Amino acid sequence: MLAVLVLHVLAAVLAPVLVRWWGRTAFLVLALVPATGFGWVLTRLPVVTGGGAVTETVPWVPALDLAIALRLDALALLFALLVTGVGALVLVYCSRYFEPDDDGAARFAGNLTAFAGSMLGLVLADDLLLLYVFWELTTVFSFLLIGGTGTKLAARRAASQALILTTAGGLAMLVGLIMIGETSGSYLLSEVVAAPGSGPFLVAGTMLVLAGAVTKSAMIPFHFWLPAAMEAPTPVSAYLHAAAMVKAGIYLVARFAPGFAEVPGWRPVVLGLGLATMLVGGYRALRQNDLKLLLAFGTVSQLGFLMVLVGAGTRELAAAGLAMTLAHALFKSTLFLTVGVIDHATGVRDLRLLSGLGRRLPVLAVIGGLAGASMAGLPPLLGFVGKEAAFTALWEGGLPDRTAAVLVLTGLVVGSALTAGYTARFLWGAFARKGGLPSTAPAELVHPPGRLFLAAPAVLALTGLVAGPASSLLEPLVAGYADRMPLLAPEAEKLALWHGIQPALGLSALTLLGGAALFAARRRVFRLQRRLAVGASADEGYWNTMQALDRLAVLVTGTTQRGSLPAYLGTILVVVLALPGSVLLFLAPWPGEWRAWDTPIQALVGAVVVIAALLALRIHQRLSAVLVVGVSGYGIAVLFALQGAPDLALTQFLVETLTLVVFVLVLRKLPKDITERHRPRERAVRGVIAVAVGLVMAAAGAVALGARTAEPVSLAYPDAAYDLGGGQNVVNVTLVDIRAWDTLGEISLLVVAATGIASLVFLRRRTGTVDRLDPVRLARQEKRSRRAPRRQWLAASAALAPERRSVVLEVVTRVLFHSIVVFSLFLLFSGHNQPGGGFAGGLVAGFALVLRYLAGGRYELGEAAPVDPGLLLGMGLLLAGGTGVTGLLLGAEVLETAILETALPVLGDVKLVTSLFFDVGVYLIVVGLVLDILRSLGAELDRQADEHDPIETTPGEVIAR
Amino acid sequence: MTPTVVLPVVIGALYAAGVYLLLDRSLTRVLLGFLVLGNATNLLLLSSGGPAGLAPIVGYAEPAEMSDPLPQALILTAIVITFGIASFVLAIIYRSWRLVRQEVVGVDEEDRRVARRSGSDADEIDPDDLAPEDRSAAHADTGVGDEDVVARLERDYAGIPSDDVDLPPTRRRRR
Repeated sequence: MLAVLVLHVLAAVLAPVLVRWWGRTAFLVLALVPATGFGWVLTRLPVVTGGGAVTETVPWVPALDLAIALRLDALALLFALLVTGVGALVLVYCSRYFEPDDDGAARFAGNLTAFAGSMLGLVLADDLLLLYVFWELTTVFSFLLIGGTGTKLAARRAASQALILTTAGGLAMLVGLIMIGETSGSYLLSEVVAAPGSGPFLVAGTMLVLAGAVTKSAMIPFHFWLPAAMEAPTPVSAYLHAAAMVKAGIYLVARFAPGFAEVPGWRPVVLGLGLATMLVGGYRALRQNDLKLLLAFGTVSQLGFLMVLVGAGTRELAAAGLAMTLAHALFKSTLFLTVGVIDHATGVRDLRLLSGLGRRLPVLAVIGGLAGASMAGLPPLLGFVGKEAAFTALWEGGLPDRTAAVLVLTGLVVGSALTAGYTARFLWGAFARKGGLPSTAPAELVHPPGRLFLAAPAVLALTGLVAGPASSLLEPLVAGYADRMPLLAPEAEKLALWHGIQPALGLSALTLLGGAALFAARRRVFRLQRRLAVGASADEGYWNTMQALDRLAVLVTGTTQRGSLPAYLGTILVVVLALPGSVLLFLAPWPGEWRAWDTPIQALVGAVVVIAALLALRIHQRLSAVLVVGVSGYGIAVLFALQGAPDLALTQFLVETLTLVVFVLVLRKLPKDITERHRPRERAVRGVIAVAVGLVMAAAGAVALGARTAEPVSLAYPDAAYDLGGGQNVVNVTLVDIRAWDTLGEISLLVVAATGIASLVFLRRRTGTVDRLDPVRLARQEKRSRRAPRRQWLAASAALAPERRSVVLEVVTRVLFHSIVVFSLFLLFSGHNQPGGGFAGGLVAGFALVLRYLAGGRYELGEAAPVDPGLLLGMGLLLAGGTGVTGLLLGAEVLETAILETALPVLGDVKLVTSLFFDVGVYLIVVGLVLDILRSLGAELDRQADEHDPIETTPGEVIAR
Repeated sequence: MTPTVVLPVVIGALYAAGVYLLLDRSLTRVLLGFLVLGNATNLLLLSSGGPAGLAPIVGYAEPAEMSDPLPQALILTAIVITFGIASFVLAIIYRSWRLVRQEVVGVDEEDRRVARRSGSDADEIDPDDLAPEDRSAAHADTGVGDEDVVARLERDYAGIPSDDVDLPPTRRRRR
């Protein structure tokens, strides 16, 4: 079973490609997929009619107890035959329905095949949650198929309407399924139906599941999405909205009925809604002029009929229901396909504009006539057999309550009369010659249908014809399902064409007579319906609800989103104060004892940090503010060192310095002062929030520490670091081994940040070309500036204007550059055992580049690092990630360290830890980040200033503020 | 574990200063606030590791004397990431200055537009308000039939010449 589903998935993925290669012929190949499924299901027929079931279970999410549990029993087999059989024929039909050069066909093919697979999965699923997954998949593909290319507003609206309604029902159903699963103690459909349990929880769950079935099968008051969905191409209407998807609700009710029909509320809901839907659908169908809409409302009506039959929960009605389901799928998809052929051939679907088509397309008329006869319930077709069975069942039993049975029977007879009436209207409208129109209208056929185009409806119609007399062959299959329900009639009547003269035959004749009368008096009926028409409809109600929701959303958004970042942040912070803050105030265990400090120096440095940070609040000069924050940061570094964290102190010092450099690079472009934009009152509010947040965070830190009783997880780190990670510096081993996943995520973030910076400055490309020295230009420049020193200390400093050069800086850079780079490598390699590592090493190497840039300008930076920073970032990430993959390939965990120790001739004992490569990746990424910053915020800004680069806008481009 | 007095005080003061700066409209100050908040958070994390100890390096100190290495590892990457993000914000500041000669967090016009919006998308409005060709076919028979369209147009748009049936194509209810 699973193989068949997987085949559908593969076909759906390949379908667009196939259609692009072979055009519409590819549909024929795709039709083989459901056909295979059909064949497979047929081979299982003996097992299932013998009373058995085919099951298959593959674990999926064991933690959730979720398995791909598939089960093919009598009910599933019948629906699976429908889904695969009609699916294959519809795909065959598609191969002629689409024009050879139709753009949407590729997409359509994929969606339709995927839908066929989902629908098959839905009827095979034996797990409640799996059923739900397939259920929603059919909804999604239905949305895509109705919406088509999304260029038509009406199609878009119809698609979203169907999606919203069926998903809403589906979500209710999910809740209901979980409630039922929890009550009955099993999530296996077969077990749940066998022993549903009881209680109010079960009743509520059942109602919710019914909500799903009712929306999906377009019962009143959610019926309106189905006619609207007729915006979809005809094959979709024939398959989804006649044979398959709308039957999902019927299937669900049929599936649950054996165990749940006695649940309080089940029969009133199912029978009431079903009957009302049958009558309303039939009544509406009678006044449609569009052939496709007529069929759509007819489908609504028939779905109501089927819902009554399969939902009653008795043996005789269930058997009639299955026969009728089969009959309906056959005749309704035939009729839709017939309309598709008419539409294709004439370009018209309005029955007021068609005349004399029956003579011109006789084969089509015979096909449509057969299907119509089945729909109206004429012998010897399958529709007649199903309807007879239903009438007989209700005449003698069918429902526990006799009054209800009579009521339902009356409703069904009236509904069937309406059915016969609109069937006659359909056949007359499609094929007959009409007064008031020329004998042939429209005068010319655009596309006369070919043989292959007619093949699918012909096969379906003939099946309906043959299945009538042969309906006794269906009996074992139908009985396999229906025998699980109580029999109320005196004896079980087998499915057959002829049962002799009996009351049901009279009722059938009555419906046909009623239908004929409705058709004969069609003008009067039409006028009456027009007079009775009311302005309100469920569809209007739906759109009004949607609009109200929309307005509510705008209202809420408009009230809460005022567009001010400080206001948003303020709100967030106030919530922090209100929730965690009040918990802290009232519930937190305050520490019993306090220490003044770890060392007195800590207090001293702490005071410096705080004073510097507070100074930043009042300073208006940009650079000074940055500097005092820098001082505060250096103070933090000292605090780190005092706490016993040399790695942190080192990194903090380096980063603080680099931050200052980057600030200066940008601030040189900005005005000196920060403009004050806040009124005193705003400042006061900010102050209150700030102080309160400060108090809460201080208290939170203290309380958290005071409340700690568990042993830290890091107690085992030192031993693990040395034994498993092969390093003495526990912090570094933590970074590159114990918590390497975290680090991998963090360095990825650095790559993103670097890319973001570059793209903000370079805008149209990742980075500019590396600014290299141009000898010609250099010579020209040297000629101009004769006073410049001949002796060069740096490669490209000659390119700088003489007044911007500093010999001292050049000399110092020349002397220090290589030493700094070597030192950074030392930090990288020794980091595993001593303070250092990839982060610190990379920052130091970045410093070397900063020095070169400051001393020699942008050309010097190009000479110092003639590589694309993106290359460094990418290689770093590749190296770090590659280390993880290598570990995996060697059979260990991802990112697990291997220690290689060997004695080499000259070097002596060499110990190589594979996490070193990870650290090299980190190093490269940090260097890449610094280089990217220098290249964008340094060199590129210089270039823009040098070349008086205007803001890069093309004419007509508007910068929105 | 016993908390110190000094570290919570420093942390609280840094948070207060950071939040005050963060709530400013000037991007430079927002960025400074971000840096101060970053420092405050790093310190908070560090203080959660317990009392000061020796550097967590095997061989240099016994495991019992070491300061907690786990917060240190977390902080180390946080420092570098703060640097990356700060540079990114600086690039934004530069960009904003270059384009509009301002470096303030202005009012988000898009949010204001949403607040002012009163109508619905075409995908959601009432079918009666759509142009006839955009209505779903099923709508044709709800309420009034298509034969009545001309009469209805005459009623709804009295005074407009009858050959202008296409005018106006979509009608919205006055709200």
